Amino acid sequence: MAQTSLKRSRPLSPHMQIYRWPWTMATSIVHRITGVGNTLGTVFLVWWLIAVASGPSAYADFQSVAGSYLGLFVLFGYTWSLLYHLINGVRHLGWDLGYGFDNDAAERSSLVIFALSGLVTIAVWIV
Amino acid sequence: MSLKTPLARVRGLGSARSGVSHYWIQRLTAIALVPLTLWFIAGLQSHIGDDYAMMRAWLAQPLTAIFMLLFVLAGVIHMRLGMQVVFEDYIHNETVKLVHFIANTCFAVGLGVACVFAILKISLGS
Repeated sequence: MAQTSLKRSRPLSPHMQIYRWPWTMATSIVHRITGVGNTLGTVFLVWWLIAVASGPSAYADFQSVAGSYLGLFVLFGYTWSLLYHLINGVRHLGWDLGYGFDNDAAERSSLVIFALSGLVTIAVWIV
Repeated sequence: MSLKTPLARVRGLGSARSGVSHYWIQRLTAIALVPLTLWFIAGLQSHIGDDYAMMRAWLAQPLTAIFMLLFVLAGVIHMRLGMQVVFEDYIHNETVKLVHFIANTCFAVGLGVACVFAILKISLGS
C-alpha cells in the first residue's frame, strides 16, 4: 500500500494540451500519422500489383476504384503522405548527423517541410 | 555484466538487447527508401494514363522489377519497425501489445510476400 501512495504523489508532466504548439511538434506528430498512413497506403500498392499480375479484368476493377473520386482522393493523400514522410525523414537523418538540430533551425525547417511536401505533391499531380 | 536479478531476466522485462539493431535497420531502410520512393512516385506518375498492356510491359522490365522489389522489401521492413514503435508507445497492456506485434509482423510479411510474388509473376511468368 505504501507503494501505491508513493506512486500517486509522483509529479506528472502536464498533458500535451497544455503546451503551446511549436511547428516542430506538428511535424513530429504528422510524421507519425503519415507513417501509419503509408502503412495503409501499402494495401493499395499490393492490390495494384496483384491486379496487374492477375489480368485485364482484375486491373479494370482496380482502375475503376482508383479512378473514382474517393480513389483519387486516397491516392492524392498517399502521395502526400509518402512525400512528407520522405522529406521529413531526410531531415531526421540530418538530425542524426547533428545538422540543424537547434531550436530555431528546427522551427524554420518545419515550415519548409510542410510547404515543400505540399508543393511537390501538387506538382506530381498537375504535371 | 548484468545488474538484473535472475528473476528479472527470466521475466524478460527490461532491455531486449535489440535496440541498436532496430535503430540501425530503421535508418538503413530509410536511406534506401529515399531514392526508391522518388523512383516509385516518378515512375508511376509517368505511367498514370497507361492501359493494362502498357502498365504490365513497364512492370515486366527487369530494371522496373528490381527497383520495385527493393522498394517493397525496404518498405515493409521499415514499416514493420515503425509500426512496432507506435504500438510500443500507445499500448500498455502486455498481452494486447504482444498480439499487435504478432499481427504487425504477419501483416508486413504477408504484404511483402504478396508484392514479391506479384512482381515476379508479372516479370517472369505469363
